[in-house]
Amino acid sequence: MMIPFAQRLEGLGYPELQAARVDTLQVNLGWRCNQACKHCHLEAGPDRPEQMARETVEGVIQAVARWAVPVIDLTGGAPEINPHFRYLVDRLYELGVHLRSRSNLTVLLDPGFEDLPRFFRDRRVELICSLPYYQEDMVDRLRGPGTFQKSLEALRRLNRLGYGEADSDLELHLMYNPAGAYFPPHQEDLEKIFRRELEKRYGIRFNRLYTLLNMPIGRFKEHLQRSSNLEMYMGKLAASFNPATVMGLMCRTLISVSWEGRLHDCDFNQALDLPLAAGLPQTIREFDLPALETRAIRLEDHCYGCTAGQGSSCGGRVAGEV
Amino acid sequence: MKIKTCLASRNSPNTARSFYDIFMNYYQEVMAAGALTVREKALIALAVAHAVQCPYCIDAYTRVSLESGSNMEEMTEAIHVAAAIRGGATLIHGIQAHNVAAKITF
Repeated sequence: MMIPFAQRLEGLGYPELQAARVDTLQVNLGWRCNQACKHCHLEAGPDRPEQMARETVEGVIQAVARWAVPVIDLTGGAPEINPHFRYLVDRLYELGVHLRSRSNLTVLLDPGFEDLPRFFRDRRVELICSLPYYQEDMVDRLRGPGTFQKSLEALRRLNRLGYGEADSDLELHLMYNPAGAYFPPHQEDLEKIFRRELEKRYGIRFNRLYTLLNMPIGRFKEHLQRSSNLEMYMGKLAASFNPATVMGLMCRTLISVSWEGRLHDCDFNQALDLPLAAGLPQTIREFDLPALETRAIRLEDHCYGCTAGQGSSCGGRVAGEV
Repeated sequence: MKIKTCLASRNSPNTARSFYDIFMNYYQEVMAAGALTVREKALIALAVAHAVQCPYCIDAYTRVSLESGSNMEEMTEAIHVAAAIRGGATLIHGIQAHNVAAKITF
């Protein structure tokens, strides 16, 4: 029987998990995506109607301007598909914040989006791009046929613009996640392998590799259930709980806003429709930094996904030694 | 029954437990990164698991290999190395049979 996550933390002396500060606002621009990956916790895909409206985009800009949130992290779905994406990036760039955007890479080759790499370069946007392996078979099984070759082409275009190059400040990071019900490798070890193989095989360069554990929710949970792996996977997550990850969890320094403008402790809580605790601001229009940066974080058992082994977050591993 | 309880509680519990703990400490030290990486050691372990046909070790080191960044191409090659060494050893022992036969036949 798995101990509930909140009880596990309580046993460590944390009756509640409190935020440390808010230095990142993660903006989910919608669940529409040109891909439908097997592990997606939001079950994003081409037919999803959820898209952030212009009014909500304005709310994001106003909150960032008023509270001077230093880092804005754009995600989706494929955030680029949102019709207000470029408008939002331009306004945020004018505000002088650090801009980070997550890309599935293939969207950068779609008609109407081919100029995005230059758009990103001109606004010094840091890119975090999904590439779960350096082999075609593994990537296409997870993300759909043809994804790997398109991803390579997009990476080559980004490299040509200076992204990921040693003498450039244009940051290009890759995001790895396992192709199934197992944990990610040690981040730095895998980064060395990726760097060697991507350079040797395809002449592609990048800055950092981040490893992400597949969260047992959404489409990945359905896969775990279908393959009779859910109990094993949840047991493994709980058994691999690493107390050294707790203070570094991303929810302690980040707040997530959904396409509807609702605030959540993270993108996973957003996927599960878990709002912030009662009494806190609930929407981007009510954004109030002092209240949010001391909030108690809402915990459920999927949180074991961020504390297993080396830990997992939108910025890769959380703990050093496991 | 857990492996540790099973192997450490029969007859001479203290001695057995001590042997078990010593072995597990040794095991963990051996499998940790050293001159070889954890990934390389996992591939060797996967190959040996196939050579000794241990289902538990095959299960464990398939997972460890994936979780240390190996792919199915590398893991399959490691299994072929085990098969080649086992097969080669079988074949080369044919010399013994030939030598025995040569000694006792006209």
